[in-house]
Amino acid sequence: MADMTAISLPIEKSRPIVNVSERHEARVAWMLAAPAMILIVLFILAPVVAVITLGFTDFELGYSTFKFVGFENYAELMGDRTFRQSLWNTTVYTAIVAPASILLGLSVALLIESEKLGRSFFRTAYFLPVASLLVAMATVWQYLLHPTIGPVNSLLNLIGLPGPNWLGSAGTVLYSLSMIGVWQTVGFNMILFLAGLTAIPRDLYAAAEIDGAKSSLDRFFLVTLPMLGPTTVFVTTISIINAVKVFETVKTLTEGGPNKASEVLLFTIYQEGFVYLRVGYASAMTVVFLAVLVVMMFAQYRLVDRKVHY
Amino acid sequence: MTETFSFGRAFRLTLLSLGALIFLAPYIFMISTAGKGQSEIFTSSLSLIPTQFFYLENFAKAFGRVSMGQLLWNGVIVCGLIFVIQVIIAIPCAYAMAKLKFGAARLLMALVMLGLLVPIHATSLPLYVAFDSAALLNSYTALVAPFSISVFAIFLFLQFFRAMPDDLIHAARLDGMSELGIVMRVIVPNAWPAITAFAIFSVVAHWNDLYWPLIVVSNQAYATPPLGLLFFRAAEAGDDYGALMAATLIITLPLVAAFLLAQKRFVEGITMTGLKG
Repeated sequence: MADMTAISLPIEKSRPIVNVSERHEARVAWMLAAPAMILIVLFILAPVVAVITLGFTDFELGYSTFKFVGFENYAELMGDRTFRQSLWNTTVYTAIVAPASILLGLSVALLIESEKLGRSFFRTAYFLPVASLLVAMATVWQYLLHPTIGPVNSLLNLIGLPGPNWLGSAGTVLYSLSMIGVWQTVGFNMILFLAGLTAIPRDLYAAAEIDGAKSSLDRFFLVTLPMLGPTTVFVTTISIINAVKVFETVKTLTEGGPNKASEVLLFTIYQEGFVYLRVGYASAMTVVFLAVLVVMMFAQYRLVDRKVHY
Repeated sequence: MTETFSFGRAFRLTLLSLGALIFLAPYIFMISTAGKGQSEIFTSSLSLIPTQFFYLENFAKAFGRVSMGQLLWNGVIVCGLIFVIQVIIAIPCAYAMAKLKFGAARLLMALVMLGLLVPIHATSLPLYVAFDSAALLNSYTALVAPFSISVFAIFLFLQFFRAMPDDLIHAARLDGMSELGIVMRVIVPNAWPAITAFAIFSVVAHWNDLYWPLIVVSNQAYATPPLGLLFFRAAEAGDDYGALMAATLIITLPLVAAFLLAQKRFVEGITMTGLKG
């Protein structure tokens, strides 16, 4: 404190100089940040404003004029069977892929963590799908799941079971796509859980054992699970958001078919906006998509704020 | 005691191996089928080693229909450009936000947080209209420009720079370095872990992205690997799975090879960035 008062006088005197240097610092900061700021406005802010605005118009690419139609697009959306189907399919897909890939990711991480043998081999094996080109691997899955010449059905026939037309029938297509989705994301969640697990201090387990948590299952619920709280919230949010954004497999394998059974949100937006060129209508769909993402993010923030404090 | 222990271990190892087998099965079949002739694919799908090797024929077909070299080259160019521009734009901005005082810092932070919420799928409609009216469809510009700004890069570097000691920067200032000089000669050399992590995030994301290239590119000359594979599938009449698997093998290999070579960096990168955030 004494030091502070001692040097406070000269600083008072040199105030104008400090101001000049502060102004200089601010100017340099502006210059360093300006390119990023301009690009954010150009490629994020302006397009978002534009997409919200376009959602209130009947703009179609190729026509030079358009007019504002208020909430007409949204009214049409409510009655649009394709869109409703698409929302429902996306929900079902997410409801399968997110929990399954989180639970499997956690299980694999726990198994790998508790087993010394072949640790890096297993990690690589489960992670490989994440590092692979999804469009390419989807093509491989298409072959694997081929109704007549695919290995999966050959295997089923071998043990006397009839193989379904995995990607070709309306009843199974969404589940087949979900399976591919799970296969693709488990490794990613596993890596995050592994990182979370190694961050847990060893002595917590010892302490829990002294406190009477004798079985490893007890210790799991007493120590591991709570300590993984922040990781789990993060993994859950990312898993849900990525599942809602499913597109590649649908575009590559099914084009939304058969009979709209695998029509998902981004694919519907893509079709309306870039194939039928109904930009206004597709913009309204995009706003719904964006709203879903925003709600998801806020849910995460609130959860992180409330639950994950120790 | 030891009895149950080894039983538990055996159970664990069996589970892990079974799972690994399922996860690797697509790769095994991809490699196997890429070497099979058309007739063998139709008759015996479960035998893994081709009776007659058709690798050369299938790879020749894959290289013949679509120019694979061009596809991979486009992928390298597009991902390389995107990554370099993102870093050049994001680092100075993150440095300013982390270490300099200026009025717009809070506004900028709000913009970054907003940007984190918005994926390309949400901005693609207006961007497409804009690129279309500027006659920029089917160009590297269209493929790269929307990703020139990565708010995620800013966010990541910002956190990394905040943890850097201020003394480092003060010392450089006393040496008479300009702020830009500090960024280039003090910040960047100390930020390699963050830059590597971001490189992995960025390259994986854009190498795999199908949505935006599909929208702006219809000319095969500008196709990125995923889009090129779609073109290849469309050009492939019927079910020539041998050629198709050869093509997928060629296209999957670069990133998988990179991953196998730099596995540790990949894992660190993902833990640091939470990939695809």
